[in-house]
Amino acid sequence: MTFTFRETTQRSAAPVTVDHDKCIADKGCTVCVDVCPLDLLAIDPDTGKAYMKFDECWYCMPCAKDCPTGAVRVEIPYLLR
Amino acid sequence: MSTADTRIHEYDLVVVGGGTAGPMAAIKAKERNPALRVLLLDKAHVKRSGAISMGMDGLNNAVIPGHATPEQYTKEITIANDGIVNQATVYAYAKHSFATIEQLDRWGVRFERDETGDYAVKKVHHMGAYVLPMPEGHDVKKVLYRQLKRARVAITNRIVATRLLQGDDGAIAGVMGFDCRTAEFHVIRAKAVVLACGAAGRLGLPASGYLMGTYENPTNAGDGYAMAYHAGAELANLECFQINPLIKDYNGPACAYVTGPLGGFTANSRGQRFIECDYWSGQMMWEFWQELQGGNGPVFLKLDHLAEETIQTIETILHSNERPSRGEFHAGRGTDYRRDMVEMHISEIGFCSGHSASGVWVNERAETSVPGLYAAGDMAAVPHNYMLGAFTYGWFAGENAADYIAGRAFAAVDGAQVERAQARVLAPLLREQGLAPAQVEYKLRRFVNDYLQPPKVTRKMDIALDRFDGIRDDLEQLHATSPHELMRAAEVSVIRDCAEMAARASLFRTESRWGLYHYRVDHPQRNDADWFCHAHLKKDDAGRMSSFKRAVEPYIVPIDSQERTAYDRLRVAATPQPALA
Ligand SMILES: Cc1cc2nc3c(=O)[nH]c(=O)nc-3n(C[C@H](O)[C@H](O)[C@H](O)COP(=O)(O)OP(=O)(O)OC[C@H]3O[C@@H](n4cnc5c(N)ncnc54)[C@H](O)[C@@H]3O)c2cc1C
Ligand code: SF4
Ligand code: SF4
Repeated sequence: MTFTFRETTQRSAAPVTVDHDKCIADKGCTVCVDVCPLDLLAIDPDTGKAYMKFDECWYCMPCAKDCPTGAVRVEIPYLLR
Repeated sequence: MSTADTRIHEYDLVVVGGGTAGPMAAIKAKERNPALRVLLLDKAHVKRSGAISMGMDGLNNAVIPGHATPEQYTKEITIANDGIVNQATVYAYAKHSFATIEQLDRWGVRFERDETGDYAVKKVHHMGAYVLPMPEGHDVKKVLYRQLKRARVAITNRIVATRLLQGDDGAIAGVMGFDCRTAEFHVIRAKAVVLACGAAGRLGLPASGYLMGTYENPTNAGDGYAMAYHAGAELANLECFQINPLIKDYNGPACAYVTGPLGGFTANSRGQRFIECDYWSGQMMWEFWQELQGGNGPVFLKLDHLAEETIQTIETILHSNERPSRGEFHAGRGTDYRRDMVEMHISEIGFCSGHSASGVWVNERAETSVPGLYAAGDMAAVPHNYMLGAFTYGWFAGENAADYIAGRAFAAVDGAQVERAQARVLAPLLREQGLAPAQVEYKLRRFVNDYLQPPKVTRKMDIALDRFDGIRDDLEQLHATSPHELMRAAEVSVIRDCAEMAARASLFRTESRWGLYHYRVDHPQRNDADWFCHAHLKKDDAGRMSSFKRAVEPYIVPIDSQERTAYDRLRVAATPQPALA
């Protein structure tokens, strides 16, 4: 028998989104990435902008509050909406 | 992925957890002895970590001269906890409460004052007045961070502490952990450790099914409880769960403490008040649960009778402090306080002495039962300690740890201890394939709901122990695809330990106590003859989780027999009682 172990992923819509026109991560900002208590945000090397990498959000909002340009939008995670 | 490097550091004192109690402990240790090398370590970022990440709406337990006395407060907390308290710890908090407020005030935390400049204390508890609003409480973390810098406390973020390091004599010799971005393993040798890792907030699964939809900041998975347990520390009264009345689905506080003094209250589906007092206690949760079960539910926060001006004040506070996404949640569902009552629900279970009573046992000096190990805040068993209690016991822990360290050398540490810990923690990253941490966590926490959520049933809790054994085997198959997921894997193991502790502690106490928190269907009565005592739990010499009784310490503030039952009479007499099925 040659059953082969497979891992699959579950898709989800990130509740935190970033306005690319406002985000200045390409100028060195990492504030939202630094403050998220759950470490969910990162800078996308392709776009040079911040994005939500992991969907484990506590909808607590330091990312939005501390962003110097107001580029972060926090929505309530879909399951709670 | 290959094994990441190991980094070794040396500090006199390590404080694990930079939320509320932790920063205070680090600052006060430095003030006591500026020569000490003090490290504050957090798995998040100290600027915005922990329960008060976005600030706080108010002090829930301020003991302010002219409004309350330490004796009165100690009495109230004793009664609210059915008598099972070490009064020395509550009294020590109460006597120091005002000094802590003055310290925070000097640092720049703003509290509400009345026209005369006096603190504007409100009555929310059943007996005394202890609630001090902080309508501008969003700056607490900023204030603390400034003081940490001023005190020259070293700070390391994004390191997940996993186990304490112990010398040959069992005394604490440091802490181990890993970087959640690089998986680098860190060994931090120290002469004493303060644990301030917050509540066990990811024990039960929220009714929404969303893993991180918890009341507590989900970084607080119960890490502190597990670390203390594995180091041999005693934990007290864990069967006294934390269960909170919350906004349904959002799972944040409805904030009767904020709205109560302004005229809001907890109501049943008919808009009627059914509890005398909205202060959270086991008895209050019992009445809440009765109302949900009895046909008068759901339960709501009622504000729709208030004046427009008052509602605006409430919105300004509740939608900007503490849990500011609340406004968006209500908007999404079209809930307007002017028109609609806010639907509430009962939370999943957790451990948290901040709101309830259980946790790592400490005395009035914040010492645990293990030499060199201190604990403060939500994870340390000082009942109903809330934010001000976390600050106060952080203060005690910092000062006493600084004294303990004086003249002490680093303990010798056996290298095998480190190797074992490192291998255990990093294993999920080294596996090529296996179980996803989030999936195992989901199942584990669903079992917690199925078998441990009160009403507690003996047979169900026995089954729970079998299931948790099964999850222990699953931990050996966890696969993490990134250092971030490795952090979640480490947390699953912590949650499993806490789940087993919750089951064993609940099985041990064969009576009912603390209202809903420990309601045992097979032992429905309170039994003071056999159980007017603390129930402790620890890892015994054979490595087994064992429970035992400890006598309640002699009271400092006597309670007369009439007062003793004050919290048993929380139901509003006029409410028509639902017919019992
Ligand atoms: C939503 C909410 C509202 C509240 N409202 C009020 C209120 O109005 N008034 C009031 O008095 N109290 C309130 N409380 C209670 C109060 O906030 C807490 O009792 C108090 O802040 C707890 O402090 P702590 O230091 O124990 O935990 P926290 O402040 O949560 O700090 C724990 C820290 O430990 C870190 N940590 C956890 N595990 C690890 C690990 N393995 N390694 C490294 N670091 C780790 C976390 O990142 C966090 O920074 C509220 C709590 C919540 C959750
Ligand atoms: S804080 Fe704002 S500007 Fe800075 S990286 Fe994040 S989104 Fe971009
Ligand atoms: S809302 Fe909180 S948890 Fe979610 S991304 Fe922002 S900081 Fe992180």
